[in-house]
Order: sequence, then structure tokens, then C-alpha cells
Amino acid sequence: MSGLEDLYREIILDHYKSPRNQGRLESPPATLEEGFNPLCGDEITVSVLLEDEIVTDVKIDGQGCSISKSSASLMSAAVKGKSLRQIATIVRTFKSMMSIPEDEAIPFVGPDDPSNASDPPILSEAEMGELIALQGVVKFPVRIKCATLAWNTFSLALKKAQDAKIAPSEAP
Amino acid sequence: MAQVSTTLTSSELTPTSAIRREDFPIFNEVEQKPFVYLDSASSSQRPLVVLEAMDRYYRSTHANVHRGVYRIAEEATALYERARTHLGNFIGAPDPSREIVFTKNATEAANLFVQGLGRRRLDATSTVLLTHLEHHANLVPWMILKEQLGFAIRYIPLTDDGRLDLSDLDQLLDGVSLVGVSLASNVLGTINPVAAIAERAHLAGALVFGDGAQFVPHNTTNVVELGIDALCITGHKMLGPTGIGALWARHELLEEMQPFLGGGEMIADVRLDGFTPNVIPYKFEAGTPPIAEAVGWECALSYLESIGMEKIRHHEVELTRYALSALEEGLGDAITIFGPRDPESRGAVISFELKEIHPHDVSQLLDQEGVCVRAGHHCAKPLMRQLGVAATARASLYLYNGHEDVDALVGALQKCQAFFR
Repeated sequence: MSGLEDLYREIILDHYKSPRNQGRLESPPATLEEGFNPLCGDEITVSVLLEDEIVTDVKIDGQGCSISKSSASLMSAAVKGKSLRQIATIVRTFKSMMSIPEDEAIPFVGPDDPSNASDPPILSEAEMGELIALQGVVKFPVRIKCATLAWNTFSLALKKAQDAKIAPSEAP
Repeated sequence: MAQVSTTLTSSELTPTSAIRREDFPIFNEVEQKPFVYLDSASSSQRPLVVLEAMDRYYRSTHANVHRGVYRIAEEATALYERARTHLGNFIGAPDPSREIVFTKNATEAANLFVQGLGRRRLDATSTVLLTHLEHHANLVPWMILKEQLGFAIRYIPLTDDGRLDLSDLDQLLDGVSLVGVSLASNVLGTINPVAAIAERAHLAGALVFGDGAQFVPHNTTNVVELGIDALCITGHKMLGPTGIGALWARHELLEEMQPFLGGGEMIADVRLDGFTPNVIPYKFEAGTPPIAEAVGWECALSYLESIGMEKIRHHEVELTRYALSALEEGLGDAITIFGPRDPESRGAVISFELKEIHPHDVSQLLDQEGVCVRAGHHCAKPLMRQLGVAATARASLYLYNGHEDVDALVGALQKCQAFFR
């Protein structure tokens, strides 16, 4: 089971059994986004509270396998309290772990933003913290979709929150 | 454990008598040990004779069908048409050489029927009756046509043990013109009482389309005895190749149906102002058909017949009986098995849930033990919602599976439970 040990490291099992930041935030002021994985029927709702360019709260609601639930939990812990710029780096780091092409733009970062450029910063292994547990997923290609569901849904929720803030006046 | 039938001798019908694993190269050649294949409801494996028949065809006989007047083109045509007639006979079609339309798979056959006949028979005032346990292939084609024509769709509900609830059938059939029902469920294994449904549907003036994808590979099939009007099937679930399926429909319905795919072969004449369709069944076979696949499928039919569908069914019933009790004994409260408990009224398809372990995780851990099962919604999302689950794990058995495969499944599930405890 050596490959499996990689996939289901203790951190993953811990976040699966005791997921962080579960539930939904009141909307408004929070923004909600739903995500589906048609492959396995998993459904997720991510709530995001964006205040002054900081994600002050995030909550995850939904059903999923251990990879999808723990990835969501790990993500929520990693992004909570972080700025948009920091989160962009975290998302890039995750995508690079999943071998997702770097030219894929992050929705909540403007196309002209330097962090959406071709050679963006990513976290070093030392900076990753528990997120490093997700590294094993890439060896199991069919599970990458499980791991990415929460991240994609979160990115769209954040984009929505940002648009709602920008809408009244032009972005700074 | 197994009670043998009295119609055949016990040596012919021990539970393992249909196992001919040595006929299937994959069990020796797959680069995985152990290899416990429990996903035949998704796609079966194929015996060497089928592979050889297709190889021989490509090596010695291939030419396009219905075109050339040279020798091998005629031979290829003869083989292709022989496959058609054989398949017609295999399912008891009254007019086997005219009533089988080859398609890409059962899904395409369903789409062909729904579009072909639905456009003739349905309008905004019509009603179609389906069931809650249909595969997406017998749901979405109707929904697509519904969006275009605006008819109503009703559904036969399920009982708690996963059978069709026919208590209000006559009411449900009131005003219905077409009924779509699977002969056997790909999730619950339930074998539906299609003959009874067809009888009552006909009394109500409705036609019945059967989805035979999960039934025909495992049971003796006779469309006349079933009393249905059309049936879709697929080759790769019954030891044949992928890329070929078929629609059977009574020939007068095929005559009535609109062409579905346009192109070569399906026409009798083409002018700049229009076309005249070919006669049935060619009217529905646009373009070069899957010829080698038809040759392979025919060989698979012969292989199945050489064993006997009755014997295959008996083997599966006994193996399912064994599996249901082994799973419950081995996993106790930790496992929930969906569908009817009586092996006689179901196919060898067992969907289950392990307590607090997602089917994706179950399937991944089973894979580590060499056990191949399917995890997911099995293209039956409405049914998943009925069962109150997002997904299930599903083990499905066929003639090459035996007790040892079931034992491997139970052992792997126990390991899986221990891993997540």
C-alpha cells in the first residue's frame, strides 16, 4: 500500500475525519458558490467573506470522498485570513502540485496582475504547511478532480465576491 | 450451498460450471496480479475466439460492405449480414434480417429510437412513461426530444427494496403513447417485469421500448415473449467488442421511423432537391458500419450459445446468492446493499455503500488489492437521489467470475474498513 500511504497521509485522514471550517456563511454579506463533480456526484458549496482584500472567513458545505473533503478542509485553513495576493500564490502552489498547466488564469486575479503572469510565485515546500499532504494525489490522476473541486469552487466564489465589490465603482 | 435445477444434471450446473476463465486472455495477460474483475456491468472481457474472429476478418476478408462487387467485398457483406441475422435470432426477433439496426452502442440505439419514432408519434399533447431506475441513456434522449416537442414525462416509482412500484401502473399509463423501461437495472440489479408492463401498456395503447443493455448479456431474451416493441443492446457488455450496439424494433415501426443519421448507405436516391431513404434496416445505417465489430459480436453470440444462456443465468444467480450472504457476513452493519435480496429476481449487479467511507475511497483501496469495481453514480443520477446517496460502489459478476472473486472482494472491503477506522 505504499502508493496509498502517499495518497492518504495522516494529514488527509485527519482533515477528512475532522474537517475544518464546515458550514455556510450568511449571504449577503458572504458570497456562495456551488460546485459539482459529475464523475462521482460530489457536491460542494463554498462561502467566502471578502473584506478589504482579505478573506476573513470561508466555509465548506457538502459531500465527498476523503480526497475531496480533506482538500477542501486544507484549503479553507490555508486561505482564511489571507490577502488576495497571498491566496493567489497558494492557489498557484496547489495547481502546480496537481500538475495543472500554469497558463490557466486564476479567476479572481485580474489578467493584467503580475501574479497572473507566466512565471508566478509559488510557495516553497517549507511554506506549504499541511498542504504538502496533497502532493500524493497527482499520482492518482482520476482523483485530481476530487482534490480540485473545492479549489475551483472557492476561486469562483472569490471572483464573484470581488465582482460584487467592484461593481459599484471601478477597481482601484 | 447451491440448489441445482432439476432440468439439467448437477454436473452441468454446479455453481462454477459456467466459468471458462481460461478462454479469456486478459486473465493471463493483464499486467496486474491479482486481477479480480468485478465490473462487467460496465464492460465485459472477451474470449480469445472473439479476438481471433476480428483479427482473421481484418487479415483475410476486409473490404467495405454493400459497395464492391468483388469477392472479398461480398464476403465482408455476407459476414456483416450474418451477424445481423444471428443477433436477431439471439433475441427472438420475428424478422431477424430486417429488424436489427447496428449502431455504435446501446445509447445510440436509444437515441435512434427516441428520435426516429418519437418525432412521428409525439407532440406537445403526448405523454411518455419512464421509470426511476433508468440509466441516463433511457432518460436524456427523451428529455432532449421533450425540449424540442414539449410532451410530458411521467415516471414509475420504486418500492423500498428497489423494484418498480406497479400499483398505480394503469393510472400512470393513462394517455401515454410510449413507455421506456430497462429490462434490468444497472445499479440495483432488479430484473423488471417487462412482459407484464408491456401487456398493460399495449392495453392502454402505448408502445414499449426496452433497454436491454444489462439483461441480454445474462439471460435468454425473446422480444416476442416479452411483448415489447423495440429494444436497445450493446456488444461490449456481452463478450463482444466496443463500438457496436443495436436497435431491434418491429419492422413496421422501423418503416415508420424517421431516418436519424444521414449519409451514405442510408439512401436509395439523392437528388439536389432531396433524398429517398433506403429500405430498412439500411435506412438507419449511415456511413461505413462497424464491420469487424459485427463479426466479433457474432462470434461472442456463438460463444454464449455454446455455453447456454440458461446455464450462465444459473451460474450468476448462485454466485449472487453467495456474494450477498458473504458480503453481509463479512461486513455486517458496515455495509448497505441496495436492491432486491432475492437473487432470482435480480441480475449479478451489487451496489453497496460502506458506512462512512465514500465509494471513491472504497474503489481506490480495492484497486490496491487488485479488485476492480465501479464507483460513482453509474449514469443513473435520478436513482442515486432516490437512494439518498451521491454515489455507490458496484461489483458486477459474469460467467468468468467465481467464489474466489467474491472472497477477494470481501477481504479487500474488510481491509478498507480497517484503513479508515
